[in-house]
Amino acid sequence: MSRFEISRRTLLQSSAAGLAALSSTSLARLAHAGDLTVGIVYVGPRDDFGWNQAHAVAAAALKDVPGVTVVEEENVPETIAAQKSMESMINLDGAKLVFATSFGYYKPFVLDVAAKYPDVEFRHAAPLWTDTDPKNAGSYFGYLDQAHFVDGIAAGLSTTSNKLGFVAAKPIGTVLRNINSFLLGARRVNPDATLQVIFTGEWSMPVREAEAANALVDAGCDVLTCHVDGPKVVIETAESRGIKCCGHNASQAPLAPNGFITGAEYKWETIYKLFAANLAEGQPLPNFTGGGFDVDFVRSTPYGAGATEAAITAADAARAEVKSGKPIFVGPINKQDGTPLLAAGASFDNYDPALDQTDYLIEGVTGSIT
Amino acid sequence: MADTTETPGIAVQTDLIGNTLDNIRRSSEYIVIPLLALIVAGALFSVFLLALGKSPADFVALVWRGGFGTSFSWQNTLVRATPLIFTALCVAIPARLGLVIIGGEGALVLGGLAAASIAIPMVDWAPASLLLGVMAIAGCLAGALWIGCVGALRYYRGVNETISSLLMFYIAVSILNFFVEGFLRDPSDPNKPSTKPIGAENMVGAIPGTDLHWGLPAGVALCAVLYLLMNRTTFGFAARVAGGNLRAAQAQGLPVGRLMVISCAIAGACAGLAGFFEVAAIHGKANASLIAGYGFTGILVSFLARHNPLVIIPVAIFLGGIAASGGLIQRRMDLPDATVMVLQGLLFLVILVSETFYGSLPFFRPKRGTS
Repeated sequence: MSRFEISRRTLLQSSAAGLAALSSTSLARLAHAGDLTVGIVYVGPRDDFGWNQAHAVAAAALKDVPGVTVVEEENVPETIAAQKSMESMINLDGAKLVFATSFGYYKPFVLDVAAKYPDVEFRHAAPLWTDTDPKNAGSYFGYLDQAHFVDGIAAGLSTTSNKLGFVAAKPIGTVLRNINSFLLGARRVNPDATLQVIFTGEWSMPVREAEAANALVDAGCDVLTCHVDGPKVVIETAESRGIKCCGHNASQAPLAPNGFITGAEYKWETIYKLFAANLAEGQPLPNFTGGGFDVDFVRSTPYGAGATEAAITAADAARAEVKSGKPIFVGPINKQDGTPLLAAGASFDNYDPALDQTDYLIEGVTGSIT
Repeated sequence: MADTTETPGIAVQTDLIGNTLDNIRRSSEYIVIPLLALIVAGALFSVFLLALGKSPADFVALVWRGGFGTSFSWQNTLVRATPLIFTALCVAIPARLGLVIIGGEGALVLGGLAAASIAIPMVDWAPASLLLGVMAIAGCLAGALWIGCVGALRYYRGVNETISSLLMFYIAVSILNFFVEGFLRDPSDPNKPSTKPIGAENMVGAIPGTDLHWGLPAGVALCAVLYLLMNRTTFGFAARVAGGNLRAAQAQGLPVGRLMVISCAIAGACAGLAGFFEVAAIHGKANASLIAGYGFTGILVSFLARHNPLVIIPVAIFLGGIAASGGLIQRRMDLPDATVMVLQGLLFLVILVSETFYGSLPFFRPKRGTS
């Protein structure tokens, strides 16, 4: 993750304040403030049961706001096509706010169009904006590790083999953080739980995801979760192998009618509606906004048939705790190689910048980063 | 024709006019057949749209608006056409020898990687012009080596060039990933593995007054040069003879092996240049975004252009326009993005079928009594 010069805490507070201001009146006023066209660019299909769907669900919610027109484009690669799609939305559709939802869109494409169209606002779904970047660009993101922690709580109470499985895309900061949070959740309620991770190396590689999921089940894991763009294959594999699973990015509940416990979901609509309301009121958009349960940027998928009473009770309690600011990373925690991360009694705040630099797995996770 | 019964002494003047008209009629085959193919593909695609309950007229209007209707649209189209010109050349040149190379994407990827890699140690001291020159040469060489290998494998080992070039594309992707996620990786960009950027000041700039980079004029010039090479030089003639009949060419003592390897190397260099421009004009670094499918769309462009380097230019612009309007079609008509792929696929299929009509339609045949 990038290094932040600004106090993240301040920004989070300001975005929370913005949310408080997001009343029904400000959205209603949008209709009178002149129409706003919002463009959204996706890197994959809108119905991928994952990253893109999470954004598309929010886009659909935004369409319901009077006065807002949403134009969408899916399967836009991280090439000059991304820049041209954004420009086309501005030039041909009159978009005034553009959401670029894939990581690789930011540099150079969002930065280039932001410089070229100073009257249009650009927001990108990853914490990359720095104060040297154009002021009409910015970042928004959700701390999904909070929801993965809650998933872990439910998973820890659902396993009988005490072996959990995690199919991960690339060993980068956000992914590693989600893996660690998931195991911390499981161990909070089940100290014997271990987590086996397999990296596929790609954000979307369904064949390898299926292989990884099957390998984890063969190794004895009885609850699977994942961090890949589209969790469809992992969830379906878990269901077909008769084990339980937790989701990621969007709701995969329909894919696993028997084994689905809950899932870690983004709730982008909170941010999208906030930004639309801000523009309607003539207020500047935050350049940098992010948060978790406390600001309603992430949520847990409604419990499926795989969730037991005990799991539901514990997960609900954990969510309330995280929402109130109780830390996820509480010592003693060692890294995978045995070196201490947090001493007993120490903890990381849930928004501690140190966690953005996660480049390790914690003890209890098997699987190699390299 | 062998059976001409013309006798000397007939008025040369009328003969000349007759011959000219006849030539026009016969060469119009190369315009009429592709045009008919386009119309048939358009009709089939209209059926597809109507089946989805959408209006073909709306579709055409949006393609026009999104691809050609405004100055922005034109630039959008030309930007997208640029890499296609280079990758189409990668198909067209070996096609003159009868080789079907479909792995230009691999040469593009490696050309981009080579260009970005060689820039890393030079960025700190080299002036932009030197840096870009060296990068372009590196891109060409990497591509030339890659597809040159395909030609050599074909001639010396009898390995099917279509299959080997396709499989080598996957190897190229693995090589790219290996280096970009390994020791060429820029540690300051932890989330999208990339090489170190060449720096904004070293990038190929835009043509003044436009958004277009210099890859477009370079591609057009390259098309002209390769057209001359293939149609006006002994090398091109020899290549075409070998493409017409390999055995005959060998019997005549033409260096068929060398022709194949050199043609493939030229082809690879073209695709490598596409990779160079992607790095030097668009991304500023090499990463997985190089694998964007330009090499595969280039196959379509080359076949539509019947492997004629000059015709590649308008065809690439045509397909660039369709790609540029794809987004608008998604947004306005609520059609999936694959719609444009369906159109491209139909075009390709119909064009391939139309190839079989060359020489078999009576209208275009030479008439008895003329030559």
